[in-house]
Amino acid sequence: MIKKRSRLLPTPMLSVLLLIVWLMLQNSVAPGQLLLGAVLAIAIPMLTYRFWEPQPDLQKPWRLISYFLRVIMDIIIANLQVSLLILNPRAKFRPAFVHYPLELEEKFPITLLASTITLTPGTVSAYLTLDGRHLIIHALDVEDEQELIDEIRQRYERPLKEIFEC
Amino acid sequence: MPTWFYPVLEGVIAFFLVAGGIFAFIGSLGLTHLKDFYMRLHGPSKTTTLGVGCVLMASMIYFRATTGHFSFQEMLITIFLFITAPATAHLLSKAALHQKLVADIRTRNVPDQLETASEPDEANAQQTESRLP
Repeated sequence: MIKKRSRLLPTPMLSVLLLIVWLMLQNSVAPGQLLLGAVLAIAIPMLTYRFWEPQPDLQKPWRLISYFLRVIMDIIIANLQVSLLILNPRAKFRPAFVHYPLELEEKFPITLLASTITLTPGTVSAYLTLDGRHLIIHALDVEDEQELIDEIRQRYERPLKEIFEC
Repeated sequence: MPTWFYPVLEGVIAFFLVAGGIFAFIGSLGLTHLKDFYMRLHGPSKTTTLGVGCVLMASMIYFRATTGHFSFQEMLITIFLFITAPATAHLLSKAALHQKLVADIRTRNVPDQLETASEPDEANAQQTESRLP
């Protein structure tokens, strides 16, 4: 779903994001800051969009909010689990590398998925194969690899697929 | 804000500070106690993120209560941390896999041969061909 960009606002989402980040950095919504932020939000994408690879459009942006809430909950749970594993002197680790076959194809969703995997229960995304079809994940304590793959697919990859591809 | 509310706020701030400290400490403990490089990577990539997150929550509540206006910069720090921590962990483990660092004996499915860019496999060759105009 990559459309041709307009010249003035090649990446509208990036512009909005830049404006919001600028206002947060300045910690004010004074008219001057709004104006400066708007100028930056238009100028920066215009100067840099040639360096950017075209990214897939968000199909269902509102789903991102529920996705982020779920990820934050999972981060808290993940931390408690990993903390218990580290603190328990008799914990039996069952570390493993898991080859995860990706369904996503665009780079940006894959990046999001890899980051999510790193931040959530007992898994770190370690390597993306050169053809971009498999992610090698290191898991701290895994009993059944297929179970882990299915869980990641259900919890994270499917929602991301819905958000970015129709 | 009513005055009785301040002790409650202090309690909440103290809770977040202590929780943040504990999480950061456990993350560092993981660095010394876990057995191999890949397992040690789990500590800083997760636990420390939440530790810093808790401290920043405490900071946000504190400055909201003392100065009276909301401070968004802490949220920015959290967001940037959530972006950079996984990227760092990914690059570190990628480098470790290329260096063939020895994993713990119990580790299953250690990838023994990683493909390199100089010897493209079939899928890659096809991809580069299809990209040519």
